[in-house]
Amino acid sequence: MAPPPLAIEVSQLRVVRQHSVILKSLSFTVAAGELVGLLGPSGSGKSTLMRSLLGVQTITSGSALALGDKVGTPALRRRIGYMAQSSAIYLDLTVRENLAYFAGVLGVDISQVEHTMHIVNLHSFAGRLVSSLSGGERSRVSLAVALLGAPPLLILDEPTVGLDPVLRRDLWQTFAQLAGDGTTVLVSSHVMDEAARCGRLLLLREGNLLFDDTPAQLLARTRMDSYDEAFVRLIEEAS
Amino acid sequence: MSLRRTWLTMRRILQQLGHDPRTIALLLVVPSALMGLLAWSLVNRPGSFGVLGPRLLGVFPLIIMFLVTSVTTLRERTNGTLERLLTMPLVKAELILGYAAAFGLVAIVQSALVSTLSYTWYGLVHQGIPWRISAVALCAGLLGTAFGLALSALAKTEFQAVQFMPAFILPQLLLCGLMVPVALLPTALRYVANVLPMTAALHAINPLQSTSYYLEQFCVMVAYIMAALFIGSTTLRRRTK
Ligand SMILES: Nc1ncnc2c1ncn2[C@@H]1O[C@H](COP(=O)(O)OP(=O)(O)OP(=O)(O)O)[C@@H](O)[C@H]1O
Ligand SMILES: [Mg+2]
Repeated sequence: MAPPPLAIEVSQLRVVRQHSVILKSLSFTVAAGELVGLLGPSGSGKSTLMRSLLGVQTITSGSALALGDKVGTPALRRRIGYMAQSSAIYLDLTVRENLAYFAGVLGVDISQVEHTMHIVNLHSFAGRLVSSLSGGERSRVSLAVALLGAPPLLILDEPTVGLDPVLRRDLWQTFAQLAGDGTTVLVSSHVMDEAARCGRLLLLREGNLLFDDTPAQLLARTRMDSYDEAFVRLIEEAS
Repeated sequence: MSLRRTWLTMRRILQQLGHDPRTIALLLVVPSALMGLLAWSLVNRPGSFGVLGPRLLGVFPLIIMFLVTSVTTLRERTNGTLERLLTMPLVKAELILGYAAAFGLVAIVQSALVSTLSYTWYGLVHQGIPWRISAVALCAGLLGTAFGLALSALAKTEFQAVQFMPAFILPQLLLCGLMVPVALLPTALRYVANVLPMTAALHAINPLQSTSYYLEQFCVMVAYIMAALFIGSTTLRRRTK
């Protein structure tokens, strides 16, 4: 059987922002249909890596391909769903107006608006102004925008921050289901236990890739029984 | 470039305004009330309102649209929606023209209301043709919008954006001929005044000039609008360093 095509190919990626090196020669690949967790302490470069994959962060050297194309190519703009760490939606529009505008810009069918509202369980808020929603509700609107049109690659920056355990579990089930259907999902998170639901973990520290393997391997390698401890152990070993 | 995405962007900006009735009220009521105040303050000087009133019809939209646009676009830059849009198949020109269309429409409604009130209730008598004054008001609104789009790139906060108003508008108010006729300015300032967009707006309102004179003034305004929109679009960067 031929290996599945690669959704992300990063090779010796280096990003320098204002004279400080944020990403140092990162290399990894992600196969289509994988659910990958991107972990790392605050400031380790997770958001910068994600923004590089979207083509909104200038790459200093090295290369990055998404879905086979060089990142930032116009053709990729309707094929990657992105949820930024800040909610990036209009506070003075309703949930439905937000989704309808972004759906229009993406050129996807308007039925996607209702569909994505159901996925993130927001249909009962459709007519509410975003400024009247709680933080967790706003981040679900932002996630819904990323899901519009069912893009083959999803890049989600801390999508479960500020959500309760039930919603987090539901969303991780959604991510797993999307990956099962062939969508490649790259999710960053601070919460180790939920990240352990991923098929694979990438651990960043100060712009270096410390670990790239399955959650089970993380426990085995560090000889710990909780993911939190394993994370701390790996970080400490490196410093 | 797609007309559909420009239209959607314009509609989205108007929807945002629509959810903010207080801003709409301010956009419509403030210039109308100011014009009424001006008319009232000049009741004992017959003929003065006929000179000053039309000039203000050109100045109000410029100031108000400049403020509204620079704050709205700055918000778009800081809340992350601009970055999100630029990861989507939206062309910069579509966003810029969407803004120009939305606020241009607001400027039309605003100036239609203010000039209707002026010609009826406030008793404005002016030897110009009302439609020319409306055209100037529209151009002035678009000038404000275009410069607001361009200058908002220089501001990091809404506070700074508002500070650009005195820096950008007040010098024009001083030099455009509202306070001192341009012909009486010192030579160096006269050269500056003659190329300012607000001066062109005021010249275009002057009664009793030739058609070619008016055409020239409109051309100056349109050139400024295009240039500022172009500069505004170059400040939208898909990539950050
Ligand atoms: N605009 C900027 N200019 C220069 N450096 C920046 C800029 N934004 C972020 N950085 C730096 O880049 C580094 C990586 O930031 P990044 O946002 O990628 O971290 P992160 O892993 O996503 O952190 P968090 O978990 O807190 O979201 C940090 O040290 C940060 O200070
Ligand atoms: Mg981050």
